[in-house]
Amino acid sequence: MNLFRRLFGGIKANELFFKGITTLILAAGSVIIMIPLAFMISTSLKDPAQLRSDANTLIPRKPQTVQINGESFNLYSVTVDGETRTMAMIKKAPGGMALFADSTTPDQTVELKLNEQTPLYRLDIHWENYPEALGSMPFFTYLGNTMLVTFIGMFGMLFSSSLVAYGFSRFRARWLNVLFLILLATVMLPSQVRLIPLYIFFQKLGWVNTLLPLIVPQFFANAYDVFLLRQFFMTIPLELDDAAKIDGANPLQILLYIILPQARPALVSVSIFHFLYAWNDFYEPLIFLHTKENWTLAVGLQTFDALYTINTHLIMAISVLMIIPPILLFFFAQKIFTQGVVFSGVKG
Amino acid sequence: MFKPGKISLARREELAGYAFIIPWVIGFLVFTIGPMLSSLYFSFTDYNIVDPPTWVGLKNYARIFAGIPEYFQTGNPAVLGDPIFWKSLQVTIYFASLALPLNLLFSFILAIFLNQKVPGVNVWRTIFFLPSIIAGVAVTLLWLRILNPRMGVLNPFLQNVLGIDNPPGWLQDPNWAVPALVLMSLWGVGGSMIVYLAGLQGIPTDLYDAAKVDGANAWQRFWNVTFPMMTPVLFYNLVLGMIGTFQYFTEVYVATSGTGGPQRSTLFYNLYLYQNAFRYFDMGYASTMAWILFIIVLVLTALIFRSSDAWVYYEGQLRGKS
Repeated sequence: MNLFRRLFGGIKANELFFKGITTLILAAGSVIIMIPLAFMISTSLKDPAQLRSDANTLIPRKPQTVQINGESFNLYSVTVDGETRTMAMIKKAPGGMALFADSTTPDQTVELKLNEQTPLYRLDIHWENYPEALGSMPFFTYLGNTMLVTFIGMFGMLFSSSLVAYGFSRFRARWLNVLFLILLATVMLPSQVRLIPLYIFFQKLGWVNTLLPLIVPQFFANAYDVFLLRQFFMTIPLELDDAAKIDGANPLQILLYIILPQARPALVSVSIFHFLYAWNDFYEPLIFLHTKENWTLAVGLQTFDALYTINTHLIMAISVLMIIPPILLFFFAQKIFTQGVVFSGVKG
Repeated sequence: MFKPGKISLARREELAGYAFIIPWVIGFLVFTIGPMLSSLYFSFTDYNIVDPPTWVGLKNYARIFAGIPEYFQTGNPAVLGDPIFWKSLQVTIYFASLALPLNLLFSFILAIFLNQKVPGVNVWRTIFFLPSIIAGVAVTLLWLRILNPRMGVLNPFLQNVLGIDNPPGWLQDPNWAVPALVLMSLWGVGGSMIVYLAGLQGIPTDLYDAAKVDGANAWQRFWNVTFPMMTPVLFYNLVLGMIGTFQYFTEVYVATSGTGGPQRSTLFYNLYLYQNAFRYFDMGYASTMAWILFIIVLVLTALIFRSSDAWVYYEGQLRGKS
């Protein structure tokens, strides 16, 4: 006990124990979280034959074989007379047995229990699954559509939501408070309640089966983003506005040159959240886009799966490609996610 | 003296304020309130998009609510006007009753762990949060393969490592399909965890210091400081989670190719609404379902808000006074 105290000077023993347990639990949980993703990546690199015979292994691999007289046999690590040797499995025999032989002397076989021997594998990574997957669906068309929807929509959202958030944060007017409450209430509104008339409306405009229904509404501000931007704008000192006013700036100039540069972190977070929303959105593209050449990645991938579900390796390859941009973005903007501006609004 | 053509500074500020919110006002009228009122109108019509809507009064509502007294007498769902509607409501509530408490529990505990000063805490936070940013089609396709009873990796693990003899058929078994979706949703628990984490970090440390001075142990500090301070966030996640369940769609559409099978065991409310609208083009009935959904969400939200007086603690507010 004395030794322990000397080693861990200031730290109390039970605190150290508690930290150890916490770290252990977090590490175990992280492994559980990561296993599915590891399977996604490994499956995308596997030979389809492995998916039928040996699907539960994380590592893309195939049995090691040896050529004997022009025929191919699987290699096993076998135990003969207490000695471990590498032998080819020549033939299965009744009763769960099999005949094994050294590849140089295929005639001298030994009969052993098959399930007591270990098959030998070698790493077998199929990078060509990726070009094959890209060739089996109009991936770049889907990608192009997804990027159009995501980035034009993001521009529209930033443009309109900044204007509206500025209006709600910097001006005194009788009805603004009431209107802001209405805006907040629409966050709770289930989208289904307006979806059907919107569909009919867009159909009358000839916009169904184009990207417009996914893009144009973004130019009319989104309640959630307006709320977050407004909360941030409110933290920018009014003295800056006043100084600019004295210099003769009009409200639009104040927004452009004072507010927006100050609000960079908030603009970045709403952009990221819009990106993730638009990139992963499935419901609206499914409803509004009907033909292949207009699909986004989410709809294209789902349809590809419905048609060719057996091609798991190709579907996982496309899935990997589809989750790479959000993951990259996530790592670049990690701070915003893990301690972000974005969540400060919900504190009590 | 009144000068024509000149308006006061206050009036000018007012007008500028209104001018800046014009994009939202237009959007609200065209994309929100207009469509809402239209769908309310459609809910009283027969409408298949091709022909103009015809007024049928309460027919769509009657279809949903017909036969309820008979059902309570006989217990036979066939006497209901639309047994599938009630089935979809039941599926949704069943999912919510499993997913919401489990989600709440796991994400809250996780947030507490991730709020400790342990080595590599930022790495752990990143890993747990990761699934929630890639949610959608790709991840659902992955889970379909993991859960597949013949080719998937989960069941061999349950059999060989945990020694479970008859692992469930997951999405292919009507009794296990909803729990399978719950399992999938728990993988993305990091999304609500991060909100709890933000809440935990917002608790002023002087509250803990004061509790320590008063001799409170770790459990008492949790129960009398952390938990009350976190109730607003619990409340927020509860409301959003419930609304989310009624709009649950992508995962179940991808997992069942839009059928809600097997045997309608995953026919969620929103999926049945989608089928009525965009498979059967029964826009009138789908609009009715949309409005009933809206009312359900409204009532549930109001209920949670009402009950929150009893258990949500807002700092700076006297208890029992609202």
